[in-house]
Amino acid sequence: MSLVKFNIWRADSSAGKFQAYETNITEGMVVLDAVHQIQEESAPDLAVRWNCKAGKCGSCSAEINGRPKLMCMTRMEDLPKDKPISIQPMQAFPIIKDLVTDVSINYRTKKKIKKFNPRKPDAPDGTWRIAQSDIDRVQEFRKCIECFLCQDVCHVLREHWLHEKFAGPRHMVYTAALEMHPLDIEDRRADLKHTAGIGLCNITKCCTTVCPENITITDNAIIPLKERVADKFYDPIKKLFRLFSNKT
Amino acid sequence: MALVTTMRRDVWWVRPLVVFVCLSSFIGYATWSAFQGEYYAFGPYLSPFYSPEIFGDSVHSLLGPKPSWWPLILPFSPALLILWAPGGMRVTCYYYRGAYYKAFWADPPACAVSEPRKTYWGENAFPLILQNAHRYFMYLAVIFVFFLAYDAWKGLWFVDSASGEKVFGLGVGSIVLIINATLLGGYTFGCHSFRHMIGGIKDRLSGFPIQKKLYDCSSCLNRGHSIWAWFSLFWVAFSDIYIRMCAMGMWTDLRFF
Repeated sequence: MSLVKFNIWRADSSAGKFQAYETNITEGMVVLDAVHQIQEESAPDLAVRWNCKAGKCGSCSAEINGRPKLMCMTRMEDLPKDKPISIQPMQAFPIIKDLVTDVSINYRTKKKIKKFNPRKPDAPDGTWRIAQSDIDRVQEFRKCIECFLCQDVCHVLREHWLHEKFAGPRHMVYTAALEMHPLDIEDRRADLKHTAGIGLCNITKCCTTVCPENITITDNAIIPLKERVADKFYDPIKKLFRLFSNKT
Repeated sequence: MALVTTMRRDVWWVRPLVVFVCLSSFIGYATWSAFQGEYYAFGPYLSPFYSPEIFGDSVHSLLGPKPSWWPLILPFSPALLILWAPGGMRVTCYYYRGAYYKAFWADPPACAVSEPRKTYWGENAFPLILQNAHRYFMYLAVIFVFFLAYDAWKGLWFVDSASGEKVFGLGVGSIVLIINATLLGGYTFGCHSFRHMIGGIKDRLSGFPIQKKLYDCSSCLNRGHSIWAWFSLFWVAFSDIYIRMCAMGMWTDLRFF
């Protein structure tokens, strides 16, 4: 058991500051355990969002020593103890209270994405046939737990607050899951360019780095979507080809 | 007031600094080398900075020496005729873009580190919208890989001093050029645009086994794209240095057989 110091961001929607706390840490504890212990011992009004404590609900996203992480998946033994451990709410979203942010913009953004639109059924009974190898590619995207750490670390949202112009990595992953689905026939490329603002992504790969589900967001979702947008809007040879072949 | 702020405690600035130093060094050396116009060939070896040699004075020249119509006010070097193509491939490469936006423009300097400016256009507006030309540079880079592979093959054939005929052999330079072609092939065929073109464009590849295999191979290379990018970058510069040093008589090319 050891006494560890913390600096936790305490705030309402208007102002905030770091407040110092300390608590005893035992073997196997994660940061969320420490926050709960501080809540119990010295800060009963400390607001923190959590649910599963298993890295699957995506509720306890925060910034630990400046890095976006899930508190329930960050082990205390992996953090340096020479200075107080800082815990902040996600910087890309408005603060409701303390460590709790308003992530509702993500749900509004998601509603703007064209829904799944399957081709006509393959069989008379209204069912489809899909090869496993075809569905494997989009399976990775379905691991997303919507923790929004990728949105938080994306500098377009975090630094420039362009939520209305750029959908962000989470919604690129969601769009990729639909756009690359072997049954889907919807064309989302114009929306990706104009509404989702895919051109605003400058491929820093920070989203991939922080993803707790290890989804290769940049290489497997965003860049392939950028390439599809380039096919439609930035490739004059393909445009000519489409013109002569009467394809859209 | 600090130019950038962060709560990160690790040495986040090391990676962009290393990228800045390495890329600056490479650009500086490649530019210097391209303007030299000499010591770029030695025996069967041709520097990758000068390959393919369209016009030039070495035995590798495809169309003979410098053309008479070349404007006098323009400096001539065989490298200047071709280096824009692989250079364009690297500049517009998705991996390098992410790396040099951080290292050269602090856009952002590192993940979860603030930026020294408030405005941001991304790749939506000129000039960065031109990054979408990456696929065209990739098409050219694929052609270059075949030229470099041919150079590596030619690097195995030495002129026998007694008979004057070409004989199969292996020198350190041959190995240097083989590694160079391999690394550049790994980089080019793992390129995101290549991966898209070869199969990523389709949602269903199950009915196309050869295309599926090619897509899987490209995806495999793509997973290590940054590694291929760095190693091929270093090696192409080293290949030029090696051949230059041999041509200047400062290094001796060791022959194994």
